[in-house]
Amino acid sequence: MGTPRTLYDKIWDSHVVDQLEDEAYILYIDRHLVHEVTSPQAFEGLRNSGRKVRRPDATFAVADHNVPTKDIEKGITDPESKLQVDTLEANTAEFGVPYFSMTDDRRGIVHIIGPEQGLTLPGMTIVCGDSHTSTHGAFGALAHGIGTSEVEHVLATQTLVQEKAKNMRVTVHGDLPLGVTAKDIALAIIGKIGTAGGTGHVIEYAGDAIRALSMEGRMTLCNMTIEAGARAGLIAPDETTFEYVKGRPYAPKAGMYEQAVAYWKSLSTDEGAHFDKEVELDASDLIPYVTWGTSPEDALPITGSVPAPGDFADEGKRGAAERALGYMGLTAGMKLTDIEVDHVFIGSCTNGRIEDLREVAKIVEGKKVKETVNAIIVPGSGLVKIQAEAEGLDKIFEAAGFEWRQPGCSMCLAMNADKLDEGDRCASTSNRNFEGRQGRGGRTHLVSPGMAAAAAVTGRLTDVRELM
Amino acid sequence: MEKFNKLTAVAAPMPLVNIDTDMIIPKQFLKTIQRAGLGKNLFAEMRYDNDGNEKEDFVLNQPAYRNAEILIAGDNFGCGSSREHAPWALLDFGIRCVISTSFADIFHNNCFRNGILPIEVSPEELEKLMEDAERGANATISIDLEAQEIRGPDGGVIHFEVEQFNKHCLLTGLDEIGLTLKKENKVAEYEESRKLQQPWL
Repeated sequence: MGTPRTLYDKIWDSHVVDQLEDEAYILYIDRHLVHEVTSPQAFEGLRNSGRKVRRPDATFAVADHNVPTKDIEKGITDPESKLQVDTLEANTAEFGVPYFSMTDDRRGIVHIIGPEQGLTLPGMTIVCGDSHTSTHGAFGALAHGIGTSEVEHVLATQTLVQEKAKNMRVTVHGDLPLGVTAKDIALAIIGKIGTAGGTGHVIEYAGDAIRALSMEGRMTLCNMTIEAGARAGLIAPDETTFEYVKGRPYAPKAGMYEQAVAYWKSLSTDEGAHFDKEVELDASDLIPYVTWGTSPEDALPITGSVPAPGDFADEGKRGAAERALGYMGLTAGMKLTDIEVDHVFIGSCTNGRIEDLREVAKIVEGKKVKETVNAIIVPGSGLVKIQAEAEGLDKIFEAAGFEWRQPGCSMCLAMNADKLDEGDRCASTSNRNFEGRQGRGGRTHLVSPGMAAAAAVTGRLTDVRELM
Repeated sequence: MEKFNKLTAVAAPMPLVNIDTDMIIPKQFLKTIQRAGLGKNLFAEMRYDNDGNEKEDFVLNQPAYRNAEILIAGDNFGCGSSREHAPWALLDFGIRCVISTSFADIFHNNCFRNGILPIEVSPEELEKLMEDAERGANATISIDLEAQEIRGPDGGVIHFEVEQFNKHCLLTGLDEIGLTLKKENKVAEYEESRKLQQPWL
């Protein structure tokens, strides 16, 4: 037995192709996911230098950021968005990269369809020109976002030049109380360690509360890891993981599957392995969270009040709080449950999966969206949409007054037509409450799907447990 | 990629923490399929009002800082989205160096692929540099990457750390893809051994 290793150490070690100099390594990439926004310049670079895609079979493309969520049959009307999607289509055809088109039922947000198709497997290295690639860490894959120059590097070489990150472990003990979800765990962690708390680290999530999460919940948690500053989040694969992967279109087939599972079972942190940073949380203490400001670290339990700049010891944080209060149009001391919203967005790579939609349906069934609220639900993929409709969830949503849309990134980042106007206030299941994120001057409160559903019904930020 | 070695320039102070890449370049400008031309939209929502007029109080709109090539910013600069449009926009505006107490990982990497030097300093050093920068165009700051030194307008020297590979890339303007392609045989060897060990991949 050598030195005990963390899960991250193991995946890292098994992907090192070569060491360049001191801390720089060439790391092999097993899966490269590509979307329309961060790839055109990379394909252009390949063309200009006469290079090819080394492994089209390990690459997969889909358009998600720019796609409309209404009347997709009519195509994209915004000429710039259309050009970007057309460019992806042309590039994938030219370089032989597999691609799900906008009319394919299997299309959707890249981080939803990867796992759904079995493109995401334990032990893999996975990259994509998108920071929320951290989502795939839920499977015990080392997955992180990269820039466009790195996209080009991976296309050309199937490798990435990387420095090894430090190891951090977040252990969540105990059982989650009713109404508290993976999203609340994520917000509680970010609220505790801050948006730079994980910088330079890969976070492994451990503990009973993590083991008890479904794959959907694990994906939500790993998705938000980038919001804690860590490039990647990891959860060791277990029976829940193997069960999810089994039988998916691109997963190993019978015979090979058993061989793969035997290997995947070795993917856990050794007893006594070293972590540079450790954080512990007790799940049973958690209650539903909501953000009040313009950074995901501005997260508080729904029972709290809007803080005052003076509550922060750090000068930088004080300045940020003052700016955030102004931007958000909030007064220090007001109760979070007194904040009225006029928009609700349910969807995104954070919370656009079937389990999220079932959670929403449970809360809103037989109730009505408040007349002052504009509420939309955007499934994360075509298959999530089909599944939801097969379960009759769309009928529940529409009867309650939600708009039921077609899949895409939508109002999470508002690159398509779905956006907030100046001063609009939204309870959103997405991942970022940055200034202007959901539209210039728009105000975002990050919440879980159940909390978003509750806000839609009451027209204000609401403790979902009151509606359960 | 343009090389980076020495730079003496005006530094613009942005004493805000958590400046995210959505602030640096809002999403409506990500629809381009080119790298160039993003400088006019750098910090667009902080820099222009709804009618597209410049906001006078924004630092890069002030006469002293219009030609700034260095940014001095609060902690956790470049957090959020992986969009390389952020360094592209900075570069297109003319920014070649950003100094902060910490950078988000992906942004940090993206800078080095585009000839921009991100420098991490201590909170005390940042405070001093922020004060220097607030003195405007009369107070230039000098960066020497080879020596890993920042020289303030009053002659004070701050030593900084940089990963040797990244330093080498900036100093030489290296084509990183070309470098990796020289290791093609190692990649092929790796692929062969993986095929045996993990045939499902």
